[in-house]
Amino acid sequence: MERLLRNRWALVLALALVLAALPLVFPSNYYFRVAALVNIFALAAIGLNLLMGYAGQVSLGHAGFMGIGAYAVAIGASRFGLNGAVAMLAGAAIAGLLAFLVGRPILRLKGHYLAVATLGLGLLISMALTNEAGWTGGPDGMAVPRLELFGTRLRGPDTWYMITAGALVLGVILALNLIESPTGRAMRAIHDSEIAARVVGVDVAAYKLKIFVISAVYASIAGSLMAFLNGHITPDGTAGFLRSVELVTMVVLGGLGSVLGAIVGAAMLVILPQALTIFHEYEHLLLGLIIMASMILLPRGVIPSLLARLRGGGA
Amino acid sequence: MSMHTGMTRRLALAAGFGAMMAAAPALAQGEIKLGAVLSVTGPASFLGDPEKRTLEMEVEALNAQGGLLGRKVRLIVYDDAGDANAARTFATRLLEEDKVTAMIGGSTTGTTLAMVPAFEDAQVPFISLAGAIQIIQPVKKWVFKTPHTDTMACEKIFEDMKKRGTTKIGMISGTDGFGKSMRDQCVGVAGKYGIEILHEESYGPRDTDMTPQLTNIKNKAGVQAVINPGFGQGPAIVTRNYRQLGITVPLYQSHGVASKQFIDLAGPAAEGVRLPAAALLVADKLPDNDPQKKVVVQYTADYTKKTGQPVSTFGGHAYDGFHIWKQAVERAKTDNPAKVRDEIEKTKGYVGTGGVVNMSPTDHMGLDLSAFRMLEIRNGDWTLVQ
Amino acid sequence: MPELLQFAFSGLTVGAVYALVALGFTLIYNASDVVNFAQGEFVMLGGMITVFLHLAGLPIPVAAFAAIVITVLVGLALYAFAIDLARGSGAVQIIIITIGASIFLRGVAQVIFDKRFHALPAWFGSDPIRIGGAAILPQSLVVLAGAALIVALIFLIIDRTILGRAILATATNRLAARLVGIPVRRIVALSFALSAAIGAVAGLLVTPITLTSYDVGTLMALKGFAAAMLGGMGSAPGAIVGGVLLGLAESFGAGLISSKYKDAIAFLIILFTLFVRPQGLFGKKSTERV
Repeated sequence: MERLLRNRWALVLALALVLAALPLVFPSNYYFRVAALVNIFALAAIGLNLLMGYAGQVSLGHAGFMGIGAYAVAIGASRFGLNGAVAMLAGAAIAGLLAFLVGRPILRLKGHYLAVATLGLGLLISMALTNEAGWTGGPDGMAVPRLELFGTRLRGPDTWYMITAGALVLGVILALNLIESPTGRAMRAIHDSEIAARVVGVDVAAYKLKIFVISAVYASIAGSLMAFLNGHITPDGTAGFLRSVELVTMVVLGGLGSVLGAIVGAAMLVILPQALTIFHEYEHLLLGLIIMASMILLPRGVIPSLLARLRGGGA
Repeated sequence: MSMHTGMTRRLALAAGFGAMMAAAPALAQGEIKLGAVLSVTGPASFLGDPEKRTLEMEVEALNAQGGLLGRKVRLIVYDDAGDANAARTFATRLLEEDKVTAMIGGSTTGTTLAMVPAFEDAQVPFISLAGAIQIIQPVKKWVFKTPHTDTMACEKIFEDMKKRGTTKIGMISGTDGFGKSMRDQCVGVAGKYGIEILHEESYGPRDTDMTPQLTNIKNKAGVQAVINPGFGQGPAIVTRNYRQLGITVPLYQSHGVASKQFIDLAGPAAEGVRLPAAALLVADKLPDNDPQKKVVVQYTADYTKKTGQPVSTFGGHAYDGFHIWKQAVERAKTDNPAKVRDEIEKTKGYVGTGGVVNMSPTDHMGLDLSAFRMLEIRNGDWTLVQ
Repeated sequence: MPELLQFAFSGLTVGAVYALVALGFTLIYNASDVVNFAQGEFVMLGGMITVFLHLAGLPIPVAAFAAIVITVLVGLALYAFAIDLARGSGAVQIIIITIGASIFLRGVAQVIFDKRFHALPAWFGSDPIRIGGAAILPQSLVVLAGAALIVALIFLIIDRTILGRAILATATNRLAARLVGIPVRRIVALSFALSAAIGAVAGLLVTPITLTSYDVGTLMALKGFAAAMLGGMGSAPGAIVGGVLLGLAESFGAGLISSKYKDAIAFLIILFTLFVRPQGLFGKKSTERV
C-alpha cells in the first residue's frame, strides 16, 4: 500500500478514472458546473500547495494571479481580438512574469511578513482591476467572449467540465513530476531548513522564485478557465482578498504538501456552500464550524491525517 | 492504494452531492416555482436582506389567499453573498435542479450580469433588482429590471441643480459597483444640463473616514454643490464628515440612500441633504390623489409590521418585481416561461413602489423620470421638494 | 496648512483603531505564536453587543461593560474550544482555525443581530472642535485618549507586575517558562482575554464615528494584521506605531495623491518598509536555528 501511494501514476490514473466516470452519474448541468468549479479551484490550489506545502512559502494574494488569468482572456478577446486560448497563454505569461519580477524582493521576507507582502500584492492587483474601469469594466465586471477552438464555440457546463478535468489531470501530472524532480527535492530541503539547504549548496532564492512563478501560472490558468466557464467576471469574484484566503484554506484543509489534498480541499470549499444552503441563515456559522472542526480533528489536513491514521491502524 | 485514494475522493464528492440531492426538493406537482438569488449576506446585504424579507412576505400573503392560478407559489432563495461566481452557480442550480419558471433577484449589477447568460440560454424570465443601465441596454430578451437607472438619478439631481442655478459641482463616489456606475452616468449626462464637475474624489466601500477627500473638495474654489453617488454606510459617513468640516454648499445624496436608516445613521448632519428617491420613502406625505399612495402605504405598513424594520426602496424593488411577475402569470394563465416573459414585456400601468411601470419590447424597465421625487431632509424627516 | 492638519486628524483617528487591533494581534502572538484572524470580530462584537443591549433598554455604560465581558468570554471560548485543542498544530493550520472562527462569529452575529448598519451616540456630542482651521470630532479625542490609556495599561501590566513578567517569559521561551513553573496555558488564555477586551473597547469607542455592522471585522483584521507587520510582529510599540502610520498613510495618500489608490499607497509603503527592514520597524531580527 505504501508503495502504491508513492506511485504517482496510480494517483493520476485513479483521478482520471474518477473524473471520467463522474459524468455518468451527474443528473444535470448544475452538477457539471459545480464539478468544473472544483476542478478549477483544485488547479489553483495545487499550484499554491507547491509553494506552501513544498517550498514552505505562504501567499495571501494568490487570487491576484487568478484575476490576471481571468481578465487576460476577457480583455485579450474583447479588446485585442485574440483567440481565447492564445489570450489564456498570454495571461499565464503575464502572471508568470509578474511573479518573476516581484518574487525576488518579496520572497526574501519570511513567514508572516511574506504573508502581508503577498496580501499587499493581491490587493494591488484587485484594486487595479476595480479602478481601471476603461479596461476592466470596473467593479461590476466585464463579459468574457466564448472560447472558439477549431471553429466551434465552447459553451455549456458539461463541455467545460471535460476541459477543466483535462486541465486538472495535466496539472496534477506536472506537479507530481516537479515534486519528484531535483527541484522538488531542493524545495523540500528549503521547507525543512533554509539554512541547511543553503549550506549544502542549494540556491534557495532561485528555487523559491521558480516555484513562485509556477504557482502563479497555475492560478492564472485556473482564472482563465473560470472566466470561460462563467462568461462574466468581476474583480472581487476573481482577485479579491477573500478569494485568496479561500485558496489558502483549501490547501491547508486538504493537507499541506499533498496534491490530492489540494483537490479535496477545493472540493470541500466549493461543495460545502452548496450543501449548506438547506440550513438557510445558519450556513455561514456552520461553514466556520466545519472548517474549525476539520482543522482540529485532522490537524495535518484531511488527506495527510487520514493517511497517517490508515497507516498507523493498518500496520 | 490507488483504490483507496480514488474512493476517498469519490466519497467526498458523493457526500457533498448527496447532501445537495437532499436539498433539492422532490418535484411537487402543481406548485409554481419562483427563484431568487440575492446578496443576503456580504457587502451588499443591506440590499439582499430587505429583498429576501419582502419576497418571503409577499409569497406568504399570496399563498394565504389561495395562491396563484389556484396553485401554491414556492419561493426558492439562495444567498450569493455578493459573489458573482456564486450567483452564477446558484442561477444554474435554480434552472437545472429546482426548475424554476421565473427568477427575481440579482441584488447587485455584478451578480446580475454574471447570471444573465444562464437565463438567456435557459430562456427563463429574469427580473433584476439592480440599478445599472447595462442590464437592460441593449435589451436582452429574457431580462427585465425594476429599479430606476442611475442615469435617471443623475438627471433628476441635475434638473434640481439647474433650477437653482448651480453649474459647478464637486463629486465624491464609492468605488463599489453602485457608486462607480452612477458616477460614470453622472459624468456622462452632466454636459447636457450645463454642469461642470470641478473636482472628483472617491472612497472604498468600507472606509470609515472621508474627511481628507472632502477637505480637497472644500478647498476647490467655485464648487456650488456636491454629489455623493454611493450606498451602504458610506453616504452616512460622508454626510457626517461634510458637516464636521463645516462645508456649507448643498449636499446631494443618491437613490442609494434608500431608507429612513440613513437619517438615523447620519443624525443631525443629514439636515438639508437633498436626494432623488422613490415615492416609497415618503408614503405618508404623498397627496391622497397620488396614484402610488395606496400601494406604498400598504407595503410600508406590511413590511414594518412583519419585520420591525423601516422600509427601504431595495425591498420595494423586490415588491415591484414580484407583483409584475404575479400579474404577468395571471394574464398568461400559466407559469410557462415564454408566455410569462411575453406578458411581463406587455406590463402597462403597473403602479408599484418605484413608480408607474410601462414596459415595451424596447424598454424592459418601463420607468421615466416622473418616478423619482426630489426629497430634502428637514427636522429629521423627509420632505417633498416642489 | 489647515488641510494637512485635517489629514493628520483623520489619519490619527483611523490609525488609533488599527493600532488597537494590531496590539490585540501582538499580545496573542507573543504568548502563543498564534496569528488570530478573528481579532476583527472582537471589534465587531464590542460595537454590536453594545448597540443591541442599548436597543434592548440598557443604558449605554452598562451595555458597553456587558459587551466587553461577553467579548472576553468569547475570546476565552475561542482559546479553550479551538486553539487549545489544536496545540501542536502548525502555525498555518492554526491561522485557518482562526479564519474558521471569524466566519463562525460573523455567522452567529448575522443570526443574533441583523445585517444593517448601526451607530452609537457620541460621548460628548458631535459638534466638531476647530483647531488651526481643521475640525476634529470630540469622539476622535475619546478614541485617541482611550487608545492611549489602553496602551499605557498594557505596558504597565507587562513592565510592573509579576503577571507581566510571566507573559514576557512565555513570549521569550515557552519551554523555559513552563520549566520555571509558569502556567503557560493560563497565560495564553489570559492573552486571548486581554486581546478580546482590547478589541471590544476599540469597537465601542469607534462605533459612534465609523458605524458598525455584523461584518466590519474582516477589514479590521486585514488592516490590523498589516499594521502589526509594519511595526514588527511581536512588538507592542511596533503595533502602535504601525497602526498609526498605516492610518496616516491612508489619509495623506487620499488627501494628497489619489483617493482611488489610497489603500494601494498604504500597502506600497508597507512593502518598501519590509524590503528595507524585513523584520518590520521594531521587530527583532530573527535567526533561524538549524
